[in-house]
Amino acid sequence: MTAGAIPAKEGGSFSHVATAGLDATHGVVLYLEDISVSFDGFRALNKLSLSIDVGELRCVIGPNGAGKTTMMDVVTGKTRPDEGSAFFGQTIDLTRMSEAEIAHAGIGRKFQKPTIFEQHSVFENLELSMKADKRVRRTLFSVLSSSEKDSIAETLRLIRLNDSADRVAGLLSHGQKQWLEIGMLLMQEPRLLLLDEPVAGMSDEETERTGELFVSLAGRHSLVVVEHDMAFIEKIARKVTVLHEGSVLAEGPMAQVQNDPKVIEVYLGR
Amino acid sequence: MSATSGRLYGRKGWVVLGVFAFILFAIFPVLSLKISPDSPLHLSQYWVTLIGKIMCYAIVAIAMDLAWGYGGILSLGHGLFFALGGYSMGMYLMRQIGREGQYQSDLPDFMVFLDWKEFPWQWWNTDQFWWAALLVVLVPGLLALVFGFFAFRSRVKGVYFSIITQALTFAAMLLFFRNATGFGGNNGFTDFKRILGLPITTPETRMVLFVCTGFFLIGTLLLGRWIVTSKFGRVLAAIRDAETRVAFCGYNTVHYKLAIFTLSAVICGIAGALYVPQVGIINPSEMSPANSIEIAIWVAVGGRGTLGGAIVGAGLVNYAKSFFTQVFPEYWLYALGLIFILVTLFLPQGVMGFFNRKNK
Repeated sequence: MTAGAIPAKEGGSFSHVATAGLDATHGVVLYLEDISVSFDGFRALNKLSLSIDVGELRCVIGPNGAGKTTMMDVVTGKTRPDEGSAFFGQTIDLTRMSEAEIAHAGIGRKFQKPTIFEQHSVFENLELSMKADKRVRRTLFSVLSSSEKDSIAETLRLIRLNDSADRVAGLLSHGQKQWLEIGMLLMQEPRLLLLDEPVAGMSDEETERTGELFVSLAGRHSLVVVEHDMAFIEKIARKVTVLHEGSVLAEGPMAQVQNDPKVIEVYLGR
Repeated sequence: MSATSGRLYGRKGWVVLGVFAFILFAIFPVLSLKISPDSPLHLSQYWVTLIGKIMCYAIVAIAMDLAWGYGGILSLGHGLFFALGGYSMGMYLMRQIGREGQYQSDLPDFMVFLDWKEFPWQWWNTDQFWWAALLVVLVPGLLALVFGFFAFRSRVKGVYFSIITQALTFAAMLLFFRNATGFGGNNGFTDFKRILGLPITTPETRMVLFVCTGFFLIGTLLLGRWIVTSKFGRVLAAIRDAETRVAFCGYNTVHYKLAIFTLSAVICGIAGALYVPQVGIINPSEMSPANSIEIAIWVAVGGRGTLGGAIVGAGLVNYAKSFFTQVFPEYWLYALGLIFILVTLFLPQGVMGFFNRKNK
């Protein structure tokens, strides 16, 4: 994070495909500063400040109602903050953009419940999510190029669904659906991936594989993982952020956070 | 029902389509024009008109299936687009009557009756076929574009969208009932004499209209098939199933819905323009809310999201309608309601879904 050391043009070199306009010169992909959000008087976020480095794998934990999901809503444009600023890289102001624009700029989000296109095949799910010109006319006349087919095949291997490419996605197991959704996010070649409880409902083996997948993605992408499963967090976490009542309670390596008396009191101790 | 349609119609489907085209374009014209009216094989004017009319409805049903079955947009105002296309063509047909009306005036009879001295602005240039043809496309298309833009941009969805489209067609019907609107009030247009200078009621002209309708029907089916098997079609079906997710993939769903809704309206308009010269009348009752609901029932009966099902549904329901309205006229609406309930209960995927299930 040496300030200004990397020229703006090379900001893209952290990912295999550069996202136009993202300026990660300072090595930081996401800045949240003093974000507050209230719903009917309830303060879901209270002057939350957080920054994520390029290529980082960050885990976010916290008790129910700590504001984890609201934080993701703010980043993806689903919820507008009452105050505070949210920047993607140095220059992209997320508080002024629509959900589609944010997705296009390079932020992908996985929801708690897997939302895939159940009536489409696995292959088609990835095809639809692929980074491409998404305007109506281009889509109508679009034909898959061989490099696009390759990139779909590569993602299919990564999420271990290459044998199910032609299956209707609604027939996949719960864990496979979660992977498919992660694959759909990867097809968008995002700079930042937000993952909301990615291993909820997965078997132990599936959880294990998901952990491996995330660790392999870090570096190429920046990941923010919100999860309740402490065993899973311990396995993959490098840096952990603990949220409580809408702001950051503690931040640091897992071992340090686990021993923080404030954290033990509100979350881990219970 | 398979939303993802790389596999829409196998070889069997093409064979059925080929046979269908052969009957329409080769057998029917011969049976109607070359076989003497005394022969039992002769295809009477009654049947030519009935089948022609049903083909127009089938075109509307395909348009509805594109918007509803694939795009998830349940418009209950498609009868309006059909009627607007019909009125656009109707204006031209009224101008073609020339001075052969009751009052031997250049103006249509209803205008003379209202003591109007000249054509109102809406009728400008309507004696030109090309202009009428342009109106057939532009009027329904622009209305759908503007209406859809505001509805989709405001995220009006599902049953709310259905209700406002019902309101739209109802409002238009009330507008067209007024004499002052300039379209013949509740009588609408009728007593057409010619189209493109040809007498409109001769068997030859009717057969030309019939064949044109057949071409447009098959063309619409092929266009629809091309659309739903394209990536655009897959995006559309994804919008139907999980619109928010599609937006997160970076698609502007408003543009997609607007595109298919407008295309659907334009197709309905052309179907209306083919319908009016064959049936010989257009009036505001075509815009009644019940008519638009009936269109949705055709598609539901045939099977949503199959395109072919829309044709089957339009054919079955309208054949039943013409049978019922002759034999038990009072009971048709009850029968229609019953058909809809039975299909919903026992054939949720429609007739096509039933056959597809049997094949598997």
